[in-house]
Amino acid sequence: MSTQIVARILIKALMAMPAPDFSLCLFLIPERVQMEDQFKTLIVLSHYLETGRFRHFWDEAAKHRNIVEAVPGFEQAIQSFAIHVLSLTYQKIPRTVLAEAINLKGLSLDKFLEHQKANCGWILEGDQSTSQLIVLPPNEFNHPELKKNVADSIPLEHITRIFPILG
Amino acid sequence: MAAASYDYEDAPADYDGSADARASSQDLGYDPNFVPDSVKSFVVHLYRHIREKNVYEIHQMYETSFQSLSDRLFKDTPWPSVDAVAHYVDNDHVFCLLYREMWFRHLYARLSPTLKQRIDSWDNYCSLFQVVLHGVVNMQLPNQWLWDMVDEFVYQFQSFCQYRAKMKNKTEQEIALLRQYDQAWNVYGVLNFLQALVEKSMIIQILEREKEGLEQFTATDGYDYNGGSNVLKVLGYFSMVGLLRVHCLLGDYHTGLKCLQPIDITQQGVYTSVIGSHITTIYHYGFANLMLRRYVDAIREFNKILLYIYKTKQYHQKSPQYEQILKKNEQMYALLAICLSLCPQVKHVEETVNSQLREKYGEKMIRMQRYDDEAFSIYDELFSYACPKFITPSAPSFEEPLVNYNQDAYRLQLKLFLYEVKQQQLLSGVRSFLKVYSSLYLSELATYMEVDEPTLRTILMTYKHKTHAVDSDGKITSNADVDFYIDDNMIHVVESKPVKRYGDFFLRQIAKLEGLINDLDRVRLD
Repeated sequence: MSTQIVARILIKALMAMPAPDFSLCLFLIPERVQMEDQFKTLIVLSHYLETGRFRHFWDEAAKHRNIVEAVPGFEQAIQSFAIHVLSLTYQKIPRTVLAEAINLKGLSLDKFLEHQKANCGWILEGDQSTSQLIVLPPNEFNHPELKKNVADSIPLEHITRIFPILG
Repeated sequence: MAAASYDYEDAPADYDGSADARASSQDLGYDPNFVPDSVKSFVVHLYRHIREKNVYEIHQMYETSFQSLSDRLFKDTPWPSVDAVAHYVDNDHVFCLLYREMWFRHLYARLSPTLKQRIDSWDNYCSLFQVVLHGVVNMQLPNQWLWDMVDEFVYQFQSFCQYRAKMKNKTEQEIALLRQYDQAWNVYGVLNFLQALVEKSMIIQILEREKEGLEQFTATDGYDYNGGSNVLKVLGYFSMVGLLRVHCLLGDYHTGLKCLQPIDITQQGVYTSVIGSHITTIYHYGFANLMLRRYVDAIREFNKILLYIYKTKQYHQKSPQYEQILKKNEQMYALLAICLSLCPQVKHVEETVNSQLREKYGEKMIRMQRYDDEAFSIYDELFSYACPKFITPSAPSFEEPLVNYNQDAYRLQLKLFLYEVKQQQLLSGVRSFLKVYSSLYLSELATYMEVDEPTLRTILMTYKHKTHAVDSDGKITSNADVDFYIDDNMIHVVESKPVKRYGDFFLRQIAKLEGLINDLDRVRLD
């Protein structure tokens, strides 16, 4: 088993979050292999992401650039995941909290926010001098009124069973 | 972590790794060539019924006669050897393979197989499956028998891996045999056979076409009323469940669930025609979903099957599977207790099941939700009791010092499971506060929970991440019974109200009324 390849697969699995791919992979890797340094690092990184500790994650990732640069698109994928969790949680989020989660600040953060405003429906309240708030697009998780009442919906197949009666 | 009550030995209880050192069946005065009259009569009649395709009689003989003969004459010896009975059945090749399959199954159940016997049983399965895969079999066999074949095949594979992993006390002879027959019970071999049965039988396409009304399979319980054979089709069908089971044993839950996908477990099907198959399917489906953190899916299915077992177990009291049914029942209650402790729900659990659950695990569930050290040991205990008998599929290295590594797979799965539980540790604290407030400031909650605000934000995000499961299509669903959203520095709590299911109610009443009207139409007034 080439541990190099396995490590890359684990990195891809991290990038697939929130899907549980990373734990699925761990179930299949023998314990003594998981004890190797590079795997221990990846497990720590996964732990930080699983528990919403984005600042710890980015700090740790910075110490292991060789690992995180092994697969292109890594940073963007993690930023996507961070935004996903933030979108589940917040209607309005302070700029500083967002900055920490996606590891951007200053001009690059401004550029990112402009892009999101133009393409993803983000709204910026206030400016940098006052504490800026970012309004995330509404979805069923951060806006309860948008939640479709799935519980009472009936699959079409069930209705077809009474067609002979109704017909 | 102590291995708690993990008993990696399956029934029979007296099976242990030193089996080969025990007195072999020779010493018990067993003569493989002696065929009692009742056995002669048994094979002759069974052979005739198979030739004449009398499925009902075959089932009776298979379920009842074989059992009672085993109980009466072969309590602790094997049945007569296949060579001794062959001439009573025209030396029919296929019948002999079937007889041998039953012979080995009896051996595994009542005695302890030697390594040579394990290898011989593997050879027999190879021959039997080859015959079926070549499409030359023209029999109709009862579903119970076909299920038992697949089930036993996977069981013997699991048993072999456990046996092989205990290298410490192996004799020179055994090691030589293992090296020589390294293909026996090889994981790829096992997977290949199951996969081949699925593919050759075209069962996936059959099920697809059935949905469009172009084929009959479930409606006939898999039996072929056009003069053909049900063996390949039904073996292919049950092999999907077999694959689910093997992949769970290997810790590959995602693949396991994929193998099961063609079967719609929200409906009745051939898998429910045999109770053993029904239970095995749902048990592994539920367990895989538990490991994938899809707690609600697991809870829903466990609830359904536990209710079903509760209502129907009395009808299986005389069956040889009764003990297994009870065991799986208890294990699924333990898994349900775990799921509900990690993901509290009010809906999805039916009255009867809930009261049974409280009786068995009420105390423990309260303690599990405290997430202290005691809680972790209870999670450990329940998981170890209820989990599948995980295996390491690879062959041992014969060079290294000989050790027992049969517990490695189980230890890994347990460790990762407890790791997940630990990550969810702070969530029940959050939940209890959210239940009390309709809204509160982050700073307030931070004070109550004795953490600083940044830490609280991470905890709240963990809550959201862990309670929103991702299904196989990438869709996100919320499992949370209590939810919230944050507006800058204020938390607003969202309580999910139980919804009245009017739709279901009306569907049922419409069908009932129609039935009543039809009955009334048939009444003639004189």
